[in-house]
Amino acid sequence: MGANTRDIRRRIKSVKNTSQITKAMQMVAAAKMRKAQLRALSGRPYAEELAKMLAALAQAGSSSEMHPLLKERKEVKRELVLVISTDKGLCGALNTNLLREVGKFDPAKTTFVSIGRKGAQFLSRLKRDLAAEFELKEAFTFLESKQASKFIMEKFLAGEVDKVSVAYTDFVSTINQKPTVRVILPVQSFELSELEGEHGTKKVEAAANTTEYLFEPSASGVLAGLVPHYVNFAVYQMVLESRASEHSARMVAMKNATDNAKQLIKDLTLEYNKVRQAAITTELLEITTAQMALG
Amino acid sequence: MAATLRLEIVTPEARAYSDDVELVVLPAVEGEMGVYPQHIPLITQLKPGELVVTKGGKQIALAVGEGFVEVTGEKVSVLVDMALQESEIDEKAVEEAIARAEARLKEQHVGDEEAALVQAAIAKSLAQLHVKRRRRNI
Repeated sequence: MGANTRDIRRRIKSVKNTSQITKAMQMVAAAKMRKAQLRALSGRPYAEELAKMLAALAQAGSSSEMHPLLKERKEVKRELVLVISTDKGLCGALNTNLLREVGKFDPAKTTFVSIGRKGAQFLSRLKRDLAAEFELKEAFTFLESKQASKFIMEKFLAGEVDKVSVAYTDFVSTINQKPTVRVILPVQSFELSELEGEHGTKKVEAAANTTEYLFEPSASGVLAGLVPHYVNFAVYQMVLESRASEHSARMVAMKNATDNAKQLIKDLTLEYNKVRQAAITTELLEITTAQMALG
Repeated sequence: MAATLRLEIVTPEARAYSDDVELVVLPAVEGEMGVYPQHIPLITQLKPGELVVTKGGKQIALAVGEGFVEVTGEKVSVLVDMALQESEIDEKAVEEAIARAEARLKEQHVGDEEAALVQAAIAKSLAQLHVKRRRRNI
């Protein structure tokens, strides 16, 4: 009997410790989440305007010479997938969901590039062809994410791969994140409007169709600057979205863990009290019986 | 005919400016460019410099970084990596940044790419200083 109450007490204590840790992690994640969400959301208008401009440009430029990053290849011999995952775990099913999408690519035809340690671990465990791994800190800058986007553009332009997709987690809301795979190279105009449609502006193509633009200094000159910048920024924005998703998912996961721990403590305390009361009752009974036997 | 232009200035961090204005003067790569309402549709690149907005007879100057601009008859979308109004510029901090960047350029082991980055940073800082000081001279 004594051993049993001690066991329960020990368990209560350990669950309490765990709940303190998860609670602390929840607080940290909540603070980071707010920052990451703000960053992701404030980047969206820029990404939208950029996509609109590019859609207009692509239409006008298609008749003259086409930028190599816009050109679609006839045959896709090799694909490249940029996987944007998290560095740390404990964020619910976020990485699992994302990596399930990644697992669908044909291993024989696909090269992978990873941002985030979890994705790299997954890919090396499955012995996939991992071309590069980039690390981005919590407060990464546009310049840092540019290294990754530059790398994939070089691979594409060198002809090593014919198509580049990005697997990332799109941030919808704090409790909803969507694993998404998007083709980023070659840059396609229909794909642009599709992306922005999710966030509210669907008129991209319609507006672009009607206007004839003048280019200064020239269409190809502007395109040469705008297209790589678009790719760089798209990657940057997708990392931001992934980060916002990560912290949101972690916050929710930790909140659930804390709630579960609380429930567990409640159950265990109830159990403990029951056992304790049963013990007292038995003891009392024993004393009275003994007294009656003596008397 | 519309008498005003819709001006939207967007940076990666935020929508920096959004209003109906009468005239925008942009620092395009080919030189300064004024845009009135009903301007012919145009897309061009911007270099770091001063963007001047005229609204209700008053002029507002912004320091802008590199970027792109799309002009249609009634709308001007400016996409830049920096857009600061005069009040947001800290002159001292900018001067220090320029000094630091110039010192960096003098160092031996600066690669081409980094040198280009530092140059761009200096150009942006100078644009900020220009906007800040211009107010004072008037």
